Parts: sequence; structure tokens; C-alpha cells
Amino acid sequence: MNREQIIASSGKRGEKVRSDCYVEIEMTKSGGIKTSVQSKVEVMYGQSINDLLIEMCDFFELKNAIITVEDYGALPFTLSARFEAAYKKLFPDDQKEFFPSFHKNNFYNSSKEQMRRSRLYLPGDEPKFYPNAGLHKPDGIILDLEDSVAPSEKDSARYLVRNALRAVDFYGAERMVRINQLPMGLDDLRFVVPHNVHVLLVPKCESSDTVKQVEEEINIIKAVKNISNEIYLMPIIESALGVVKAFEIASASEKVCALAVGLEDYTADIGVERTNEGRESFYARSAIVNAAKAAGVQAIDTVFSDVNDMDALRASVVEAKSLGFEGKGCIHPRQIKVVHEAFAPTEKEIEKAKKIVTAFNDAQKQGLGVVSLGSKMIDAPVVKRAQHTISLAILNGLLERDWEGR
Amino acid sequence: MKLTQNAAKRLVPTEINGEKQIPFMGVGKYKPDGKISAPKIKSCADYPEDGNKIVKSLKEALKKSGLKDGMTISTHHHLRNGDLIANQIFDIAHSMGIKNLRWFPSASFPCHSRLIKYLEDGTINRIEGSMNGPLGKFTTEGKMKGVGILRSHGGRYQAIQDGEVHVDIAVIAAPTSDPFGNSNGVQGKSACGGIGFALADSEYADKVIVVTDNLVPFPCVPWQIQGNNVDYVVEVDSLGDPAKIVSGTTEITKSPDRLLIAEHIAEFMDAAGIVKDGFSFQAGAGGTSLAFIPFLKEIMKARGIKARFVRGGSTKYLVEMLEEGLIDYILDGQTFDLDGVRSMRDNGNHVMTSPFTSYNYHGKGNFASIIDAAILGATEVDVNFNANVVSHSDGYLLHGIGGWQNCLFSKCTILAIPSFRDRIPVIVDEVTTLCGPGELIDVIVTERGIAINPKRKDLLSAVKNSKLPIRSIKEIQKEVNEICGGAPQKPSIDKNKVVAIVKWVDGTVIDSVFKINL
Repeated sequence: MNREQIIASSGKRGEKVRSDCYVEIEMTKSGGIKTSVQSKVEVMYGQSINDLLIEMCDFFELKNAIITVEDYGALPFTLSARFEAAYKKLFPDDQKEFFPSFHKNNFYNSSKEQMRRSRLYLPGDEPKFYPNAGLHKPDGIILDLEDSVAPSEKDSARYLVRNALRAVDFYGAERMVRINQLPMGLDDLRFVVPHNVHVLLVPKCESSDTVKQVEEEINIIKAVKNISNEIYLMPIIESALGVVKAFEIASASEKVCALAVGLEDYTADIGVERTNEGRESFYARSAIVNAAKAAGVQAIDTVFSDVNDMDALRASVVEAKSLGFEGKGCIHPRQIKVVHEAFAPTEKEIEKAKKIVTAFNDAQKQGLGVVSLGSKMIDAPVVKRAQHTISLAILNGLLERDWEGR
Repeated sequence: MKLTQNAAKRLVPTEINGEKQIPFMGVGKYKPDGKISAPKIKSCADYPEDGNKIVKSLKEALKKSGLKDGMTISTHHHLRNGDLIANQIFDIAHSMGIKNLRWFPSASFPCHSRLIKYLEDGTINRIEGSMNGPLGKFTTEGKMKGVGILRSHGGRYQAIQDGEVHVDIAVIAAPTSDPFGNSNGVQGKSACGGIGFALADSEYADKVIVVTDNLVPFPCVPWQIQGNNVDYVVEVDSLGDPAKIVSGTTEITKSPDRLLIAEHIAEFMDAAGIVKDGFSFQAGAGGTSLAFIPFLKEIMKARGIKARFVRGGSTKYLVEMLEEGLIDYILDGQTFDLDGVRSMRDNGNHVMTSPFTSYNYHGKGNFASIIDAAILGATEVDVNFNANVVSHSDGYLLHGIGGWQNCLFSKCTILAIPSFRDRIPVIVDEVTTLCGPGELIDVIVTERGIAINPKRKDLLSAVKNSKLPIRSIKEIQKEVNEICGGAPQKPSIDKNKVVAIVKWVDGTVIDSVFKINL
């Protein structure tokens, strides 16, 4: 314990706070554990809150302390994260971690080729958005430790994100975390790697070395913690230098599953305004698509930040799709459906893909090495793209799963 | 106080405020007979021949009406949170040393929390209407002298006709009136739309006072309230704060979770076959009961479907549909924004309704049961679809019933509710206060799925092959309890102290609100 410090706190307080809490721990010399809880849900969960505080004091072997809680309807995973963050400010060397139990639906895995049309960013310090995020059916949910978290809240956010990875149902969405820029990002890893994270987004990537450092650190933690699930990396290119090094970054590791582009920082880096037309970033986006495809990984577009303009979002996704991007970042759940619809294949594309896939399957059945449609030969990449179109059509409800049998 | 168990297995008093009460017997089971109570005979000979009923102040009008101890004073909530008049009535009563009044509003708002001091000093004995916000807190903590009574809008009309509530003096705040007392709510600086909530009072009260801040020469057209029922007309500078009377424009929620519920509702209505040419629905102005309208509109436009009528809660969203030809008629019980007011004033197909036409139990039928689907809210619902709309899980009375109970009689009643609020689960084992029996509630739509009442086999089979997230109510409850960290505890209440009762639409007592232990 820091000799000087006897009081530490974590969390939020104030009238506008919802589904969060403020926890303060004051170390005392005697008198045992005293709790003082003010809660919006006192009647319904006062006992439960008190029980959790006592359990955590026991766990961390706190003998004498005053625990003050202002609660605005925080769920248990939030309350325990706030407590632990406050506690670790007093006892930074204590290695013990208080885990909420793993939600039974959170054990699934992902794959490198996973569809990543939409990824919903959730601020790492705003637990109120977590429990319902998956209900909006994004392909991926990103708990963000980077730009959405104020520097003073970085520590607290790690506990919250760790607890969320365990306790919050992601409803099948790919489980992602955006870590901080290195070197801070390397310290983030031990909070997320052991908790079935699927994809780590690495911001402001400018070299293959960054990717390799992250991969190495992941491997060390996986070995120590005996973790076996695959963890993929999505480097985000956000600078002129990053664009130049895009292929090197995309091919730095087998674990890279996609390259993403971040345009706010990129436009600042090249010294221009970001416009809706996006001419200033056309080169960067195309270069990133090209590098990603050359490395055999997905290309993922930036976020669309005007949450009220769904028509512009749709247009932006159609444009991204035409450039070769396969996914878009979302900052509001209502954007997800629009993004999925815009990435969905058109009727014409589906019809063409059906013909190609049928021809391919027929050729397979007949043991033919060459696939042809009418008088035209069809190459393998064309078949692959058609298969991708078909699976997108099925996902969007535009085609029945058993379309071939119909 | 003697309590008995009613047909819904809730403990209710058999007598309060010195008046006998009939326990709830089941939906449609209680039918009073005899005659509807009638107003006293009036003679035009007693009224000025020139039709000028103006008196110089509200105080004088109250005095002329014979204001005295123990009377029942009624007001109406069409001025919502901008109302100044209800407070002024009791300021006057207090200054005259009057005690023990029964306040009979069609609803109360936070602006009426000023009346707490008169509840404390005995000017007002009790509220029969709604006890919202601070008034609800005051009541639940056992501080009101009499026992409160909560009624639906239809139940209020029924209580007047039953003679259960005899209104001595009705004060009708009218945005426009002539000296004869013909008045409406669609004109003037305080325009609020329809003033149909005051209809029963204008017909049955002993004395009727119209207060207006827009006096026009006879005739005031349209006359939503007929001057032939009015005793006195008072002109004042202002009825209230226009910004709080109607919102300039009603905004749809931006909450993604509520929008998801709204989207589910529209999709459900479509999948269940409700959305077809000539259909009808009920909409509101709050939260999800407003937010589903744009989703429904998209479906209607895409499929070229028109609705015959909508009962509202009118807002610019309904007005737009009316003006775009997607709806033939708006039957408007309460007007929520300036577009609604304008439309009711200028469009013959936007019609004012009253609790008599829409909800009343003692009418020969009412509109509420004709409607194809009603979308309502609730504070709690239990696993048997019984619902609460007046209190929260912490035991505090915070809302009125409004037309909610009456709307349950629609052909498909849909409750739009978040599965939990902050940490508070909305689906519970037993509701804190029973307001609506589960047999009338057909569908619960949450962001976590749609639960259909097992009694509605027709709805279950209609949506069987849809992609909608249909789940059992217990399954949703279980998931939410896991999120919230177990089932919620119940508040500590004093089972010997009833602070208010909740009436069913037929005038029987469906549940009690008990004093909270502080």
C-alpha cells in the first residue's frame, strides 16, 4: 500500500449517471469494514450490493475500511469493476483479480474468415451500453480502451472491459477489444487476452513490428494463463506512414484477419479536412484495400460518424463496398441494419452468383476440373466470390439457406 | 381498515373515506343496475338572457358557486404540466379558510406538487384522479389525510354517472371561450387541442366555471364544451405556460433499445396480419408507443395499406399520416403537439373524442374495443401478463392510469416495455400494484424478445413462421434476472395502511396501494 494514500475511488457520480456507480475506499486503522450505500435501486438490490461489497473485502483481505457507494443502477459486473479499480489504486502490486463468473453463452470461438460487415464501438468506460449491444446484431462488438476513454479513466476501463468480456452476453457477436496505442496497449492485453477475446484492434499501426510486439505479448499471456483460443488482430491504419506500410502490416502475422482504416487521424496527418465526398482519402483507402487483398485479409472501412443521417450512411457503405471494403465501423446501434443492408448483394448479383455456384457444384459432381457457364470458363476466384455473395444473401434474408434444393 | 381478497387475489378495503367499495369480481362480471345519476334541473330563466355569464374573478366565481368545506372540485389535465388554474383554485380555497375538499382531476402533473401544502394543512382531504411524481411520493408515504382513488379516464366518467363521485364545482380551463361559456381548446395562445376530458364534468357538475385567457364574442366555434352547461365565465391573463401545455414538436426517442422495441412492434403487427386495409390502431406520445409509428408507416407505404382510423394521442407523426392519406380519421383523445392542435382545428377528419365515446363503461359500447391494436406502456408485468402502470417496484405511486385500462379492451393489446430499467427488471413474479388483468394483455414486446399470452393461440400460430424473436415470458424474465443479479427484493410496506385504491373500469376495486415503511 502506498503509505500516503488511504483513499481511492473509481466510477461516475452525478444526476445524469445511469447504470454505473461511484465507489470510494478509505483505509482505516480499526473498526472493521463499514459500508455506506446510496442506491437508486436500494429497495430492490440494497442487500445484493452490500453482499457483493463484503465478498470483495473478504477476497482482497481488507480488514478495516470505509466503503462508500453511490449507485445509479449499476449491474454487478460494473460495481465489482469499480470496486476493484479503486482497490488497485491503493494496492497496485496486488496480483489477485476478482472475476465475475463467465456468462454461459460467451464460450464460442471466431474464425479468421468471419464476416465482419459491422463492428459496433462501445466506450470502455460506459457500462450502460453493454448488456443490450448484442441485441442489435452487429457482426462484432468492440469494447474500446483507446480514444473513447479519457486518460484519467484508462485504469478503470480495463477492469470494466475485462468484467464485460466475462459477464455480458455478446449474443453471438464477435468479441473485440481496441487496445491503446503501444506501449500502453501492451499493458492492456493481460486484462483481455485471458477472457475469450476474439479480435484485438491495434490502433495507429505504422509497422509490422507493432503487430509482432502485440502478437508476442499475447503468446506470453496465453502460455502463462493456459489459453488456447485463437486471437486475431485487426491493425488500424491511421497515418500516411501506415498507408505506405500497409502490406507489411497486413502480412506481419498469420493472426492478422483484417486491415482497418481510420480516417479522422489520417486526414489530420496529411493536413486536410475530412469531407463527406472523401476525395482526400481515396488513395489511402484504395491502397489499404489493395494491401489487404494482397495479404489475403479483409479490408474494413472507417466509422460513419453522423448518426442521424441514415441515407448518407447507406451511400457511404455502397461506396465502400465498390472500393473493395467488406466492413464498416458503427458508433450507434441503429447504423448496423443499414450497413448490413447496404453490404447485401443486389438481386442481379445474387442471380449471377447462383448460376456460378450451381455450375461449380455440377462440375464437382461430374468430376470435371473446369467449370464453365455457357461458353465461358469460370476461374476459381470467381467461384469464391460467388460463394461469398451467396452467404451474404442468406445472412441478409434475401435467399433461403436451402436455395439449391428449391 | 377491513381488507378482503378480490377475484384477482389482491387485498382491498371494503370501505374507504366512509364509502362502501365493491371488490373486483373479474372482467365483465360486475354490472350495476338502476339509473345513471342525473344533474339537477336547471332553468334558463335563472341565467342572463343576453348570455353574458362573465364574473370578474375566479374567486368570485367560486364564491357564487357556493364553495364550502367538504366539496368536490374537478379539474382536467389538457394543459398538462403548464396548468396554472388548478393551483389557483386551492390558493383561493385556502385563503377562504375552506377545508376538507376532494380534488377530482382527470390527471395531475408535477406542476401540481404545490398542492402538497394544502394536502398537509387539510384544505384538500384527498385526490381522486392520479397521483404523479411528488404527489405520488407524498401519498405513498402515508401523508395524505384521506385515501386516494385512481381511476382510468373511462372509470372517471363511469364514477360520475354512477353517482360515486358527485362533482360540486367543475373548473374548466378553456383556451378559448365566449361569454356564454361555449369553449374549445384549439384556438388561442394556450391552445392545447381537444378538451374532451371535461365533458362529463360540464354535464354532471352542480356548478361549472369556464376560465379562459382568450375571450371571444359569441359564438365560440367550435364549441367542444357547450355553454348551455356553463354557469360562470372568468377571463384571466394566462391559463399557463404554453411551452409546457403542448410541445412545439414531439420528438421520437433516440434510444436504440426503444427503437428496437418499436421496430419489433411494427413487424409483429404485420406478421400477425393486423396491418391490412381498413385497420385501426391506438398510439401515444410517449416513448415506444410513439416510436413504432414511423416503422408501421414504412410497412403501410411499402404495401399500399391505409388505416381507417387511429385513436391517439395525436402528434405530428399521426398528422403526417393523415395528410399523406395513410389514415382516414384521427380520433383524438389528447393532443400532444402544435401540429396536432393545428390539424384538429383545420382538418375535419381529425376529430376530438371524449372519455364517453372512447372508454365509458356505462355507454352502449365504446370505441376502445373496436380498435385492432393498442400499443401501451407499463411499469411492471408479471409472468401471467398482469400489469402495473401506477407504481414502481420500489412501492411508490408515480403515475396515473390515464386511458390505459380502457385501451386493454382492444383486439390486440401490446405492451411495449424495456426488459429492465437500469437494474430494475420489468417482468416480475407478482406486480407491485395490479392495474390490468393478464387475460386482457396479449403481447409483451421487449428488446429481448416478444412474449405472446398463451391464451392467444391465434396470434401464436399467426407469427409461427416469422423471423420474430418469439419467446416465453418466463424465459425473458430468467435472462433479465441473471443480468440484474437475481430477482429484485420487494419493498417493505405497511399492510394495515391503504393509502390509495385502484379502480377497475367498472368501478370495483382491483388493488390497493399500501403505505411504504420509511
